Amino acid sequence: MAGQWLPIADIAAQVQAGTSRASDLVEQSLETIADKQEEYKAIIATTPDRARERAEAIDVRVAKGEKVGRLAGVPFIAKDNFLVFGADTTAASNMLKGFNAPYQATAIEKLEAEGAICVAKANLDAFAHGSSTENSDFFTTRNPHDTSRVPGGSSGGSAAAVALEMAPFATGSDTGSSIRLPAAFCGVVGFKPTYGAVSRSGVVAMASSLDVVGPLARTVEDASLVFDVIADKDILDSTTLARDPKGYALPAELGTDLTGTKIGILKEYMDDHTAPAIKATLGQAIEKLKKAGAEISEISIPSMPLSLAVYYVLCPAEVSSNLGRYDGQRYGYNAAETEDLETSYKNSRGRGFGKEAKRRIMIGTYVLSSGYYDAYYKRAQIVRTKLIREFEAAFQKVDFMLGAVSPTGHFKIGEKTHDPLEMYLADLYMTGANLVGIPSISVPAGMADGLPVGLQLLAPQRKDRELLSLARQAEELLI
Amino acid sequence: MSKLTRDDVLKLAQLARLELTDEEVEQYSSELTEILRYVEQLSAVDVEGLEPTNQVTGLTNVTREDEVQDYGYEATGLLKNVPAVKNNQIKTKRMIG
Repeated sequence: MAGQWLPIADIAAQVQAGTSRASDLVEQSLETIADKQEEYKAIIATTPDRARERAEAIDVRVAKGEKVGRLAGVPFIAKDNFLVFGADTTAASNMLKGFNAPYQATAIEKLEAEGAICVAKANLDAFAHGSSTENSDFFTTRNPHDTSRVPGGSSGGSAAAVALEMAPFATGSDTGSSIRLPAAFCGVVGFKPTYGAVSRSGVVAMASSLDVVGPLARTVEDASLVFDVIADKDILDSTTLARDPKGYALPAELGTDLTGTKIGILKEYMDDHTAPAIKATLGQAIEKLKKAGAEISEISIPSMPLSLAVYYVLCPAEVSSNLGRYDGQRYGYNAAETEDLETSYKNSRGRGFGKEAKRRIMIGTYVLSSGYYDAYYKRAQIVRTKLIREFEAAFQKVDFMLGAVSPTGHFKIGEKTHDPLEMYLADLYMTGANLVGIPSISVPAGMADGLPVGLQLLAPQRKDRELLSLARQAEELLI
Repeated sequence: MSKLTRDDVLKLAQLARLELTDEEVEQYSSELTEILRYVEQLSAVDVEGLEPTNQVTGLTNVTREDEVQDYGYEATGLLKNVPAVKNNQIKTKRMIG
């Protein structure tokens, strides 16, 4: 794809130097969106007034000789489950249609503090429940490489927007695949950091023991810079971790020497379910890593095939709890004409939530209900421990792991919508990282049948910087 | 596991305060059954000596000083998404009959 954006650090440097204007960059971004929105439907709303206002203020500050920040004048797109000023925050749901953020997400505040400018809100599966954006209550985003196919999800709008160069980067959230799967399907970089690395304050909660915030960008270098800006401890999210004292921005010259780097091919993420074309592309990628000096071996997480089952107990359980707050009384869809409070709750929730949200609330309610709690919810939590132990043991032997992102690759719009379980299986290779809290990144590894293939790389908890370094090296070797 | 009945689904919907159409009740009873069958494989796993995990990074009891912080928000701004407001308070239907 033609590159209309420079690396993010260069854009910011030019704005700071006065050789490029934030106002022009915002217009460039808005024009690209206007140009491509009809065909791809990546965007729910633009935020032109606030973006222009902020850009102008930044240009004025530069003219006065003030230092703006590391993302000075860089336009970006926020997934529409981030609370952002300048447009409604809908999470692509009828429930939150017309919801106007009274405050901003911490991640957005941090991006703005460094001079970045939000220009639009991206489409997603409603409440981030899905792997294709087909669960959006508004419309389905189309894959930039083939408009008959899904962009992946739930951050499908963010991934498509970055691939279409509507902006240099976008924010995403990942509960079971939602940053990495769309990144792979759209041919961009998607980074799911260690659990707790980035504050979720001001991001519509899905499953709180799994949710993370992370960037989608065209390159690992860009993703690292954005991550470096948003990663921090936050008093508003008590699960957040202290930053790596070395930070996360990558050195300019990293080279491609992988001598001594031990990478395990995760057997369960490259198995009989993996489409042959994806396997072949990843096989070539592995050869290149080997040639660069990496010590490649095979590694196994024996309980991995259970991870999706664990996920589809824990995730709906937490979803049903988190969506309990939508009662139609304080905010969100309100079924006005009802007799009593109970009916108002039921009608507001019944009509405001889409099919998938209701499906997950029902499953969650079932696995948490008395009589089933031990058999499902507690059992899943225990198997989660088993997965954690197996990962810990495997990371004694290797520094990193690699595998496919998804077994099936790009499916067609409508192909899986009538079979929820089939749709869930698209996440087969993704949910493990969320369950054990480790960082995982999808980088473009080449093409198969004319469509981009993602390579998934995984590292132990808190090794985000190391993982980004490896991903940066892999990216250079693979392109 | 046997198929979730219509009554099972209606009971769940009541617990979750969801109004469902007849069509949805029908659809969910078969879909939920299928999903629950899939996750049932967990019952066969050997979990001897393992404890449940709630939190993956090992944090426990994260506390802060209980002090008022001024975030600069006005009540009217925070109430702007509320369907019905009276005297700066959220108005709902009668709770006690």
